[in-house]
Amino acid sequence: MSTLVEIRNLSKVYVRGSERLEVLHHVDLDIAQGDFLALMGPSGSGKTTLLNLIGGLDSPTEGTIAVGGKHIESLGEGELARWRASNVGFVFQFYNLLPMLSARRNVELPLLLTKLSGAERRRNAAIALELVGLKDRAEHKPGELSGGQQQRVAIARAIVSDPTLLVCDEPTGDLDRQSAADVLTLLGQLNREHGKTIIMVTHDPKAAEFARHTLHLDKGTLVEGSARTATLS
Amino acid sequence: MKYLHLVWAALLRRKARTLFTLLSVLAAFLLFGLLDSVHSAFGAAAQSVAGVDRLVTVSKVSFTLSLPKSLLARIQAVPGVSEVSYANWFGGVYQDPKNFFPNEAVAANFLSLYPEWQMPEAQRRAFRETRTGAVVGASLARQFHWKIGDKIPLQATIFPQKDGGNTWTLDLVGIYHVSDRRLASQEGLLFFNWDYFDEARQFGNGNVGWYISRVADPKQADRVAQAIDALSFDSDHETKTQSEQAFNVAFVSQFADIGLIVGAIMGAVFFTLVLLTGNTMAHAVRERIPELAILKTVGFSSRSVLALVLTEAVALLLLGAAAGLVLSGLVVGAVRAKLGTAVPLSPVGLEIWLQGLALAVLVGLIVGALPALRGMRLRIVDALAGR
Repeated sequence: MSTLVEIRNLSKVYVRGSERLEVLHHVDLDIAQGDFLALMGPSGSGKTTLLNLIGGLDSPTEGTIAVGGKHIESLGEGELARWRASNVGFVFQFYNLLPMLSARRNVELPLLLTKLSGAERRRNAAIALELVGLKDRAEHKPGELSGGQQQRVAIARAIVSDPTLLVCDEPTGDLDRQSAADVLTLLGQLNREHGKTIIMVTHDPKAAEFARHTLHLDKGTLVEGSARTATLS
Repeated sequence: MKYLHLVWAALLRRKARTLFTLLSVLAAFLLFGLLDSVHSAFGAAAQSVAGVDRLVTVSKVSFTLSLPKSLLARIQAVPGVSEVSYANWFGGVYQDPKNFFPNEAVAANFLSLYPEWQMPEAQRRAFRETRTGAVVGASLARQFHWKIGDKIPLQATIFPQKDGGNTWTLDLVGIYHVSDRRLASQEGLLFFNWDYFDEARQFGNGNVGWYISRVADPKQADRVAQAIDALSFDSDHETKTQSEQAFNVAFVSQFADIGLIVGAIMGAVFFTLVLLTGNTMAHAVRERIPELAILKTVGFSSRSVLALVLTEAVALLLLGAAAGLVLSGLVVGAVRAKLGTAVPLSPVGLEIWLQGLALAVLVGLIVGALPALRGMRLRIVDALAGR
């Protein structure tokens, strides 16, 4: 399989007042196209920071990140926003849906940035909602849905613009076991049947079992030998 | 347009807060509509282009002092003057002191200097030929349900009759209309015959309140005005002649500087509105920071977020302003229907609407600026982490 994400010598340092905190320390990592990778590690190990950098939500202090051959570390804010819109889908622990919008309107959000007509946006949102099994809840607002259903709406929003890469930050962290299993099954299905490359941060070893590979981070460094099939460079 | 539902959703997020903010905006623009209506009424009366060829001559000391009628022929003889008339303030009331409206005794040719007041020639002739004749504006006639042929008893407040009587009974012989609605307040006047007034009044006979002159060439008005004032220079009745427009402005400002008062009130109202809605917008955006972060996460640019928040603020102001202006139009209409021209109010027309909506956009941009900048500058990872 070809490499989708290529990370070299990646470091991230946060400066809070006079304090300098190095969260990621010279990370090298390749992630193959079509992989489903679980990132694990203790709190503060840099998992979410690495995920944010791969998803183009943050900029590295040092090093390079190439996704699909495009170096995103050098993109300006506007270019990075456009790149995210067409290449990455995001799923968060607390769903982060807009509470005043229906499920369909939430799913349509990324499509507002495209040239699609209103009818096309509605059709694509309906397809995404059908894929996550929520076609009949399209007009419900997030407050009218269960946690598992809200997370599935968030997944529909993440895939509606057909991105290559899905980044998921603790997607089951706020769900009961059954809902978590449903969401992970759905992510596995998207990976296997639709070829989505998924990077998932999780604390839960059972959730990590749904991934093809697992990597461990500790104190900003990838731990050698942690992967079932190593993708460490 | 495709982002409109996002703006709408943001406004409806806290319905009670939006409603109360809307009500405060509505109240501000209701006041704006009413005060601007008063201001426009005074402004239109003072700045009517209809009287550019008319000069008003009053006593230099005070326009309440009278002038000798002997000046009439001398003013008529000034080169550039094509016609002269004169008038005197009467100040009578009809039935009740509450029923106040401007009323004046005027020379028989007075109305011919005001071609913008439309009245059938037969009624103009009746006014000239009827000693106790009077004409009124159409809205004043409507207010008191007067019709041609009615007798109007005016109670004098300044000028009793020689026989000691205080009631001046006038015969209504004409009703005039003003087609320019900006000058609608001029339909609230009553004029009656000078000859009747001068013969019957107890004092002041032979004197007039002011002269009105029509100049042949408005461009020569300044020169003609100086020539008229030169007639009484260094006498005991020196005059001050100015254009009717300048006279009206000075007359209105005798009561108060309407523009200053309106400006001061509106300044205070809108300053409070900016603080109030600014605070509301700041709260609204602060509690939606994670949602704005999500918009940026899925690809909305910082400028898009800035535009969304600004649009939200402007939409809130425009909605409140539109409701306030509609309401002010209804109130002005009701007051004009009830009180006629006793209260000077212009209809809430296109000009007031455009001013009001422009003001709403401006206030919206001001109150939305800081929250919008905050939304634009937010860092996604910090906002999602609740920092």
